[in-house]
Amino acid sequence: MRQVTRGTLVIDADRCKGCELCIVACPPRVLTMSRTGNATGYLYPELSPGCTGCTACQQVCPDFVFEVYKYHEPIVSGSDAERMQ
Amino acid sequence: MSIVMTTRPPEAPSNKVASFKPTLLQTEEHHLCPGCGEPVAIRLVLEVIEELGLAQKNVSIIGHGCYGSFIMTMDVDSTLCLHGRAPAVATGLKRMRPEVAVWTLQGDGDMTSEGLAEILHATARGENITCILLNNGVFGDTGGQMTASSVIGQRTKNTLEGRDAAYHGHPIVIGNMVAAMPGSAYVARGSVHNAASIAATRRLIRKGFQRQMEKKGLSLVEILTMCPTGWFVPASGGADYMMESLGKTYPLGEIKDISASE
Repeated sequence: MRQVTRGTLVIDADRCKGCELCIVACPPRVLTMSRTGNATGYLYPELSPGCTGCTACQQVCPDFVFEVYKYHEPIVSGSDAERMQ
Repeated sequence: MSIVMTTRPPEAPSNKVASFKPTLLQTEEHHLCPGCGEPVAIRLVLEVIEELGLAQKNVSIIGHGCYGSFIMTMDVDSTLCLHGRAPAVATGLKRMRPEVAVWTLQGDGDMTSEGLAEILHATARGENITCILLNNGVFGDTGGQMTASSVIGQRTKNTLEGRDAAYHGHPIVIGNMVAAMPGSAYVARGSVHNAASIAATRRLIRKGFQRQMEKKGLSLVEILTMCPTGWFVPASGGADYMMESLGKTYPLGEIKDISASE
């Protein structure tokens, strides 16, 4: 599948308390909770390709764990040929 | 699906568009529960103070509640006062230092249960202060008991079957009470349950501080905040639960703006 990634995050996973507010806040739905806990035992969000850099996760996070970066050039993964199939 | 590396900034050319911002908050660490809405509300207030250039001339009057722990990390002058007495303390401070932006931070238990007289009398006097109310419908700090603003049917630690109007009475909608009084200049209600409402709430807080600096009267900005621990719901369900319960009794938006009517 062709995927355009316009932004990315830096997640301070060890300070996350696993409230999952960012999971539902993310418009492209590219955040998922981890399977294993962080240093304090909480699950934390992990990023899949497709981030748009909209900063919604950073806005809603009560523990301020996100930094949002926007790429100068979007990163396209997967090929158009793949998309056609 | 593959997982993107998020432990360090990207190597591809990029610019940072958002990060932990308010310089008035010295650390992003706090010990409030997972899913709490108060850190976001306090971040918004501090960002607005910074935007308006009030960083060096504001005093916060803090009531009693979980938000009181931020007194250690907020880089603003602050006073902790007795339960519910924040508007009374703010009155004294504002009258002695009229050029300083004085703002109070109270929870709903602090403002509507313990200190209803203070906020109403401060409004009646038309004091030029900005009151921030973090409304979650429970005494979160003491474990989730009913407050005067808990909504009908809300399950709290001492209303296990839900708040019953016949037995526990009706909730006090403080925003509408204050708006009905001539001393208030600006009354609005925002929330922090999603990104759009957070952006809207930032504008409401900004207007609240602006009305104070224009010497129009008391401004009250009520912010609905999540308290999943006090509501006995999962942290991830706090936002939905809030809009289903409190959101129906406390509709969002501006209730009164004295400048708009002129």
